[in-house]
Amino acid sequence: MKGPPVDQDTYYRGIPTLPYDLVKEFVLALVGSGIIIVVLALALSSPDVPPLTIQTWAQQDPVDFVTTATSELAGTSFSAAYGPPYTDGSDSVQTIGPFAPQAWAGNAVHLDTAHDFVLGPLGDASVGNADLAAALKTYNGADTTTQQGWLTAYTTALDTATAQDGQVVVASGDYGPVPVLMSNLLGVARTGGLDGLLLAGGQFFATNYTRPLLFMGDGGYLAGLAEDQHLLGSQWGMMNETGSYPGQAWLWLYSMWYQIPPYNTAPNADLLVVLTMLVVTLLLAFVPHIPILRDIPRWIPIHRLIWRDYYRWRRRHPSPDPT
Amino acid sequence: MTSPTEPPGPALGDGSWTGATRRLLERLIPLDHLLPTRQPFFVGSWVYVFGVVAVTALVWVIGSGVVLAFFGPGWWHVSGVGHLVNSIHFWSVQFFFVFVALHLWGQYFMASWRDGRAATWLVGVVIFIIGLVTGFTGYVAQQNLDAQWIAINAKDGINATGAGAFFNVLDFGQMYGIHVMLLPILVTMLVALHVLQVRMRGVVKPIEVKASSSGGNPPPTAAP
Amino acid sequence: MDTPASYVQVGFILISLPNLLVIIGMLVVFVAALVAPFPGHRGAGEDGDDLAD
Repeated sequence: MKGPPVDQDTYYRGIPTLPYDLVKEFVLALVGSGIIIVVLALALSSPDVPPLTIQTWAQQDPVDFVTTATSELAGTSFSAAYGPPYTDGSDSVQTIGPFAPQAWAGNAVHLDTAHDFVLGPLGDASVGNADLAAALKTYNGADTTTQQGWLTAYTTALDTATAQDGQVVVASGDYGPVPVLMSNLLGVARTGGLDGLLLAGGQFFATNYTRPLLFMGDGGYLAGLAEDQHLLGSQWGMMNETGSYPGQAWLWLYSMWYQIPPYNTAPNADLLVVLTMLVVTLLLAFVPHIPILRDIPRWIPIHRLIWRDYYRWRRRHPSPDPT
Repeated sequence: MTSPTEPPGPALGDGSWTGATRRLLERLIPLDHLLPTRQPFFVGSWVYVFGVVAVTALVWVIGSGVVLAFFGPGWWHVSGVGHLVNSIHFWSVQFFFVFVALHLWGQYFMASWRDGRAATWLVGVVIFIIGLVTGFTGYVAQQNLDAQWIAINAKDGINATGAGAFFNVLDFGQMYGIHVMLLPILVTMLVALHVLQVRMRGVVKPIEVKASSSGGNPPPTAAP
Repeated sequence: MDTPASYVQVGFILISLPNLLVIIGMLVVFVAALVAPFPGHRGAGEDGDDLAD
């Protein structure tokens, strides 16, 4: 009958043994690590910066909110033009030549930013609000060229808009019903209603935050909060944590690529970095079979320190067999 | 050897799947290999402790995680005890990755993949990668500002691979379920496999001057 | 711990002080593990026992 994969008696022949209590070692390590972990938890706690809500965003930076909402209605926002898996566009599709897995995976979310973020919630809010209902009717009844004319003019005006009493004030111009739509949307947002509407999507139970997060991500306010916490990509943010807590130091290599050429200027940087990390991971996984990588331990003889007692013993007891 | 409940007499013949399974396990991992009371003396180095410390860190991660899961994802934001349990979860995750990395450095410089142990090394790398994904799903499930920002940024990298069509980091429900159930089960199974692999083969012998280990390198001419 | 961390910049590398301390700590622990004597470790296994139990 075959023996175990490694006949340990043969493998270790001639090498002295010591008593070694594995279970006690495990228990001591469990208690020891537990003490250190609990002390750290009691002394330093853990980070928990409260999440941003659309309500806070609308109250703190109404100009940024309205600018973002206008771009969603116009279909020019980052999310609107993204492409798969959110929309039918292609602005954010990353490829390497013909290799386009993002495009191949297709549109899974079927986001319509104009409807999902603006017209849908306004439709809900227009019940009992005659002014809003009329503005919506005007907007929806206009042709696309007219709508785009209003939106483009309003977007330009927003560059120099100010916030007064929580409302957005722009220079006068021909914006059609767009300012009424936006001030109503701002009103809904300021009450917290838009957080609920975007999450619920007409349902009762909800655990999918795709729409509220995409909407907030399209704006500048959330990014400003992130920058304050050193979480931007250009700040090696992937490795960082809010406050003075250690972050994800183990993501050092993943973060590093984004900071150096050619990745730091590449439009398909994410795809390039993922593929690079895939290669690096495969190299690590198959180190035993890769020349040079598997030889470095012999060339950098840290093992001489680890096994110094063994080598000292070996000099006194040369190995009898050549294997 | 028959168990006490089996009546005396011939056991099931070679056709028995149960008997064959038992014989296979007894061959692969006899109990005195699984739980030996002695080790070759070269195991007397603190570097050998990194692996077991990483496992104990994982025990604290899972233990604190179980408590967090029991009380629900909102609990730690509103309860002092909950925040403490979350802090234990946070620091034990830090501890885990620190000691996995130390264990990786130690095993690399000992070239522990030698003598038929390449599969053990491979499973170790897989544990590391699955651990990273588990940590990631946890970070996006925190329901705070950090979670929002991580999700909004990570989506682009994941979408670029095409995986975003079915792995939606903005979907809290999906990320939470993967984080509290699917991946911890996978990590635990892989760690158990990794430990079994080590116990089956025993710890690798020190690097020798002679060309006894796998790798096919010509031996250096000088003795250590 | 909720105040923003300090950052260290060396060339294109930008690392938070907490992360840097963790990494330095890891290196210290690794070197310490290499050199520190292991308890119960008598001189080089001179009892000559074989592994067979």
